[in-house]
Order: sequence, then structure tokens, then C-alpha cells
Amino acid sequence: MDFYLTALLQGLCFSGIALGIYISMKIFNIPDITTDGSYTLGGAVTGVLLLHNQPSYIILPAVMLAGATAGALTGIIHTKLKINALLAGILVMTALYSINLTLMGRSNLPLINTASVFTLLHLVSDPNQNTFWILLFFVAVVTLIIGYLLKTDFGIAMRATGNSETMIRALGVNTDRMKITGLAIANALTAVSGYLIAQFQGFADISMGIGIVIVGLGSVIIAEAFINWFRITSVWISLLLVLGGAVIFQFVLAFTLSIGIDATLLKLVTAVFVLLIVSLPRLSFNRSI
Amino acid sequence: MIGINNIHKVFNKGKANQVNAVNGINLQINNGEFVVIVGSNGSGKTTLLNLVSGSVIPTSGTISIDGHDVTTMPDYKRSEWIARVFQNPLSGTASDLSILDNFRLAAIRTKPKGLSIGVDDAFKKQVKEKIASLGMGLENKIAQPMGTLSGGQRQALTLLMSIMDSCKVLLLDEPTAALDPRSAEVVMKTADKLVKDFNLTSILITHNLKDGYNYGTRIIQMGEGTILHDLDTDKKAKLKQSDLFDWFG
Repeated sequence: MDFYLTALLQGLCFSGIALGIYISMKIFNIPDITTDGSYTLGGAVTGVLLLHNQPSYIILPAVMLAGATAGALTGIIHTKLKINALLAGILVMTALYSINLTLMGRSNLPLINTASVFTLLHLVSDPNQNTFWILLFFVAVVTLIIGYLLKTDFGIAMRATGNSETMIRALGVNTDRMKITGLAIANALTAVSGYLIAQFQGFADISMGIGIVIVGLGSVIIAEAFINWFRITSVWISLLLVLGGAVIFQFVLAFTLSIGIDATLLKLVTAVFVLLIVSLPRLSFNRSI
Repeated sequence: MIGINNIHKVFNKGKANQVNAVNGINLQINNGEFVVIVGSNGSGKTTLLNLVSGSVIPTSGTISIDGHDVTTMPDYKRSEWIARVFQNPLSGTASDLSILDNFRLAAIRTKPKGLSIGVDDAFKKQVKEKIASLGMGLENKIAQPMGTLSGGQRQALTLLMSIMDSCKVLLLDEPTAALDPRSAEVVMKTADKLVKDFNLTSILITHNLKDGYNYGTRIIQMGEGTILHDLDTDKKAKLKQSDLFDWFG
């Protein structure tokens, strides 16, 4: 049972990445690989500031600002220098590796005796359940903010940018600036996941972000399957499904480990799992025609 | 309203595939004029329209709209005056967004897109009334994604969206090229009505000579990036449809 509770908690921690990828991938149609770097950046900034005994109200904004800067850089390289978005993301991600290593000073920062967002409040005695409630509150606030944002005039313009660029330019939106802002928001959310995970597992590691973009992609793809299945147009339900996708994804990984599959094969299993969710609807779709 | 002064546009300058799309065009379009531009493929009419809209920046020459020099102004800033309808119905609307959201964006074309929720009941009512005027029965489908509509319906809605916010210039780039004859007629009639009702200055590009004959207060034929014929209202009234076909003879 504890096993699955941990998976649930991890899923909630990863909801930042899931929402971030939802914004970059689904709303802007940009495959954003910066994620791998900005996630670690979030963890690194968290680790360094915690070790310097900085309070939470400084750490979280600092983490988001760092992530947003990384995302904005990718956006600027993509829009102003007209470089393919995938390549722009890879460039920033690669550069971030050195930045993260410089920030941390070494490849691993243990955060055992430092403060943590999960020990700020003691709602229930069981530490795991306490973490759950704090995470749930955290994720709820983030989701409400993003959901509100997407409903505003700015949010509608954001959604239209990824959908019909000619139209939204004709309607007076600077699409370059919109993409830069969007990638900044997406990577700020990703960095928040790094912030949560670093405190949840008690360390920040230089390699924590390798391949993490698949977690976000997997969550969004699971959500998309449901969105297409039930023809959902509501922004709120879509966001909830993305959060659900993040949790389901972690459950599947937990299940894989619990049936005794070697942990070294975990990334392979992850990739195959994502491939399955992507391909299954198409296979059955073809047959029905 | 629109002043085009000695405009040149050269694509791929100095390369083997250099194209002189527009060669020194001078054109003054007065307030309320409905100009139809015809011309064979490659005559430079779409480039001319894109120069006015700001999607293409001229190699030399100047462009002014409503007394403002807009020669190097990007398209998203020219939206202060200009509304556009594109050849491809997909370009003028966002498929995944609801009809309502599309109209919301159109309603704030000349305004900043801020962090407040603009779609409220009053706005929904306003959109429903506007759409009902088309008589297509779409007023009860405003929550549907734009992508579920046909090309003709989308073009008609794009036209309607152009007058949701203050609009001085309407640019129509072959709006009926992708439509069946019946939808095309509805779209052209809607366009003509809006142009008259709102006293819009408009430019229509078309390959349909019948539309060129039936609509507009002025007709221009382009060829090789220059103006070949330019008939004002009086001369256009005397023009016979067969004359128009002879231009392309």
C-alpha cells in the first residue's frame, strides 16, 4: 500500500511537469526538451537555497524565476533566431547541465537535515499523509491559477497561438512574445516539479532530469486519450485529466517495479508504455473504419 | 485611406530564383472604396495584399493607412485598422477553440489581451445575436469547436468576426476559392453587405471574374507586378462582363 501511496505522491510532484508539457506541447504545439534541464534547475536551486537556510517564500519564487528564464531563453532562440524549437530546447538543456553543476558545486546535494515544504505544516501525524495533503493543496492552487489563466483573454490568445498563427497575428497578437511567455510559464511549472521532488526524495542530483520529459509527455498523452475519447472541450476537465495522467503514469511505473521488473529496465518500460498509449487508439481507430 | 507609393517587392534578391513580385505600384484607395483586384497567378496581387496587411515588408516604397506610415509596421500592429479573411478557412479561425472564444479574440482585435475573463453572459448574448444575423442556425452552437464547422460557415463567421471590433480596412484574399458555389455566394453577399453597412474600405482578390463584375466600386487588373487596368466606379459601371474576360484573352 505504501508503495502506491509513494507513487501517488510522486505523481502529484510531477504534476508541474505534466502541466508544463500540456502548455508547451498541447497549447503551443512545441515539443519542449528544455524540460530535462529546467527540472534539474528547479531541484538545484532548491537544494542550494535550502542548504543556505533560505525560507520557503524566497525559494519557490526563485525556482520559478529560474525555470521561467530557461524557458524564455528557448523561446527567444526559437522565435528570434528562427531555430527549430526542438533544437532550441536541446541547446538550452545542454547548457543548463553546466549551469546546474556550477550551482550545486557537485553532482549530488543531500537535503537530509534541511527544512522542507513538507514539514512546514503538521496536519496529520503520519508523515506520508501529511505530505499528501500539502501536495494536494499545492497542486490545487497551481491548477486553479493555470485554469484561470487559460480562461482569460490572454489565455484564449495563448491557445489560439498554437492553433492558428495567421489568425491570431491578424487579430493583433505578437506571436513571438506569446510563445516566449508560454515557454517561460511551462518551464516555471517544470522547475516547481524539481522543487517538490528534491524535497520529497531528500536530495538534488545532476542526473535527476535525464529523460524526465517523458513523464510529462506520458501524462499529457494519457490525458489526451481521455479528452479525445469523451470529446472534452472544458479547460478545467482537461487540466484535471492531465493531473490524473501524471498520477496514472507513476502508478504504472510502481506496478512495473512491484511485479519484479529490474529497475535498470525502468526507462525502457516507460518508453514502451508511452508508445503503447500513443499507438493503441490509432490501431483500434484504423480497424473501426 | 490606403496609400501605396512606388512599392517594390523582390523575393530572393540576387539569387537564381529572384522574383520581382511587385514592380513600382502606386495606388490610392479612398475611404469606403471596395476595390476588386483580378489577375493571373503570379501577377503579384496576393503579395500586394500582404504588403498592405504587413505580412510582407516592402523592398522599397511606402505604405500608409489612415494617414499613418505603416511601411515597416508588423502585421499584428496593423490589426488596429485591418481585419482579414484568408483563402484558407483554417487560417482565419482557430479550429480547436470554440466559436465563442474565436469571437472573443476578434472582439478585442485592437485591444490588449489582458488577464481578465471577457467571456460573460452579456458577451455570449451579443455573439448569438450577431451570428443569428447570418441565418445559418449557428447561434445555438457557439460552444462548439470551430473545427466542427464547414469551410463556408467558417468563412462567413470570419467575416462577421472582422466587424466585432472597430474596423476600417477589410482585406479579402480569395475568400471563396475553397468553397462550393452556394457557400461562395453566401460569403460574397455577406462581405458586400458588411462593406456597405459599416462603410469599410476593402480590397478583394479573386479569380472569379463574375464576382469581380458583380461586386466592388473599383476594379484593378494586375500583371507582372504592375497595374494593367484601373477602372473607377463610373468606368466599372460601363464595363461589360465580356470586356473583363477579354482582359485575360
